[in-house]
Amino acid sequence: MKRIYLDHGATTPMHPQVLEAMLPFFGQVFGNPSSIHSFGREARRALEESREKTALALGAAPGEIIFTSGGTEADNLAIQGVAEALSGKGRHLITSAIEHHAVLDTFKALSKKGFEVTLLPVDRYGMVDPDDLVSALRDDTILVSVMMANNEIGTLQPIEELSRICREKGVYFHTDAVQAIGNIPVNLKELPVDLLSLSAHKFYGPKGVGALFVRRGTKLGKLFFGGGQEKKQRPGTENLPGIVGLAKAIELAVVDIPGKAAAMAALRDRLIGSLLEQIEEVQLNGHPVQRLPGNVNVSIKYVEGEGLLLDLDLKGIAASSGSACTSGSLEPSHVLMACGLDHQTAHGSLRLTLGHNNTAEDVDYAVEIIKGSVARLREMSLLYKNYRRKNDNPQTGEEETSCITKK
Amino acid sequence: MYNEKVIDHFQNPRNAGEMFDPSGVGEVGNMKCGDIMKIFIKVENDRIEDISFLTFGCGAAIASSSMLTELVKGKTLDEAMKITNMDVANHLGGLPEAKLHCSNLAADALHKAIEDYRSKVQ
Repeated sequence: MKRIYLDHGATTPMHPQVLEAMLPFFGQVFGNPSSIHSFGREARRALEESREKTALALGAAPGEIIFTSGGTEADNLAIQGVAEALSGKGRHLITSAIEHHAVLDTFKALSKKGFEVTLLPVDRYGMVDPDDLVSALRDDTILVSVMMANNEIGTLQPIEELSRICREKGVYFHTDAVQAIGNIPVNLKELPVDLLSLSAHKFYGPKGVGALFVRRGTKLGKLFFGGGQEKKQRPGTENLPGIVGLAKAIELAVVDIPGKAAAMAALRDRLIGSLLEQIEEVQLNGHPVQRLPGNVNVSIKYVEGEGLLLDLDLKGIAASSGSACTSGSLEPSHVLMACGLDHQTAHGSLRLTLGHNNTAEDVDYAVEIIKGSVARLREMSLLYKNYRRKNDNPQTGEEETSCITKK
Repeated sequence: MYNEKVIDHFQNPRNAGEMFDPSGVGEVGNMKCGDIMKIFIKVENDRIEDISFLTFGCGAAIASSSMLTELVKGKTLDEAMKITNMDVANHLGGLPEAKLHCSNLAADALHKAIEDYRSKVQ
């Protein structure tokens, strides 16, 4: 069976050059970077070169990069670290309603420890309004965290404006850039964010490694205790193969971002256009223009997302959904709900995230498969039958009566 | 996450579709949790002669609707009333824990359809 991977928002395949760069560090270069002998120095050199490459790719200084186990740890370290360091100055925190759970749940945990958290709303495209940030800021606000690009709907936030507002007020600004790195240009020389989280496996690097950018001079408390690694912010022997892989991946990811993004956006718009044109009752979720080049998120009415995913998977198409049934909880996606979608529309959401290996043929093939699956599921969907009945006989209101008249 | 039997019923649902002259209908579920099922039955001589379903929902919801219709076709109404949601799940060889409560509603819809029929004939 032909299989097409359209879930690059979940994870990406490793770039072959990344794997190649990592391999020696599973074998002959095994030293502990903290050891002073030649084995250790060899490892230390690779670690610091990786830090330099990562910093260079972001427009940061090497000393501003802390390697972590991934995006979640970077988010936790940033948010809890600032809360810990500045709790004497204030206890008010601001974030947005559509953050990843790594951010949202960290704030939720802090709100149980005596911090006050303001959630900024979003418009129907999932965009934060900078004016809302201005009115939410208080004298005791110590941290604002807004993601650069949303993982579900792909909406790009006005991070430059939001971070500038915070800079002028002297409030720390953190951004979860896990979905953004490699997809949109990020230059920390110009962007006034104080902390930024990233994760290697979202840009064709290995899983289990990420980084937190901490601008020089930013006060950050300690969450972990142990050795002196990563400026004591992230003690523990470094995941050197992973770190080397992250550095290689980010080095490759930032080459010609505008060119790569334009090509992917063209593919994305082809996919969105086909879905909207060829399937009835489909709506695009997220912003029509200000969105990640590879993100497609649509709600296909009258089908339920998990059922659709399952059917697509059985036909070789890998996708994801914001349906409650896929989340493990009984609630549909908090992102879609924050955008004002009703439950039914949220349950019918389908996320397709493109990668560099996808082609126009992949997109066209996927559309054909999706059309077939939607038709099959709608054929047994009570909601679709009700909708058709209402559409076909606009005069007869109730379904029960029309059912009898058809007898 | 689903076993082969569940996948089979999801891929090849039995008795899916609308019935235009049902003896009784029963609908359960709500939009909030994302599963809505409607069961149609045709009753003759106190037996379920025909049954069909329309379901909006996840794989488990569709598979359990399908399994239920297979289980009760030809059964007397009293026998059908004794079938539980757990029976349906067991005949499917089990469902994921999270699905047992939200998507496994087919027997409830059937019982409503039988009650609907009984209220009409009385």
